[in-house]
Amino acid sequence: MDNNYALTESTYYIMLALYNPAHGYGIMQQVEEMSGGRVRLAPGTLYGALTALTGKGWIVQLPMDEGSRKKEYKLTDKGREILMKEIERLRELVTNGDMIVGNTDIGGK
Amino acid sequence: MRETKKIWKIFLVWNYDKEEEWLNEMAMNGWTLTSVGFCNYTFVKTEPGEYNIRMEMRPHDDGYLEFLRENGVEYVGRILQWHYYRKKTSLGPFELYSDIESRIQHMDRIGKMLFAIGMANLLIGIANSIGPSRLGWINLLCATLLMYALGRIQGRKDELKKESILHE
Repeated sequence: MDNNYALTESTYYIMLALYNPAHGYGIMQQVEEMSGGRVRLAPGTLYGALTALTGKGWIVQLPMDEGSRKKEYKLTDKGREILMKEIERLRELVTNGDMIVGNTDIGGK
Repeated sequence: MRETKKIWKIFLVWNYDKEEEWLNEMAMNGWTLTSVGFCNYTFVKTEPGEYNIRMEMRPHDDGYLEFLRENGVEYVGRILQWHYYRKKTSLGPFELYSDIESRIQHMDRIGKMLFAIGMANLLIGIANSIGPSRLGWINLLCATLLMYALGRIQGRKDELKKESILHE
């Protein structure tokens, strides 16, 4: 079941941001930067997604450094596998879009 | 001591965005929410527009409040499971949810809460109606109101669901 559903945009970007360990605020900043300011994760949405992703075992919370109060998260092997499949799926979407509507790259040929 | 003032006001649960709107208007006028009570709000004098206010229903979770704090969000207080927050406008825009799904989940939490309190009132109302107490009708009235509120929240959730067929 995990493999047949598309990830939401938020989930996709959160998992991408967790390819390397990051804490909540770091995820928000990365996602905003990656999307050129288009996707701004709100804290309630991000917290819910992190809880759900941890529950699925796609990400894990890293042991906390002493003196640090910020929780850090990281993608698991299972999570990485899901993410790779999603990238593959997205590539298919774009390839088909390009094929039918023409190359949609900015400054495309 | 900074100047404070307390205002008594009643809002209906399905119009909680009206409540939020009012709290933000107060903040725009230089009165920022500093504590909440049952149908009363205490404000402290601040610069006009210094803060944005948001509220949400969710079970109390210290981990979540800590998470919000990292994002510059201050926890103001709560009534039952209604939580009130504020964030300095200088720290950027303040939203709690950024997709339709988490807004639907929020409506679900409100709905579950209304249903639970409504059912409790219904059962107490029935028990009191067949027992010696004459006050069962109060609980039955409460149950009716809560079920009406549940219907309104359900309606808002349905709107979001319709939206989510095409968008995220």
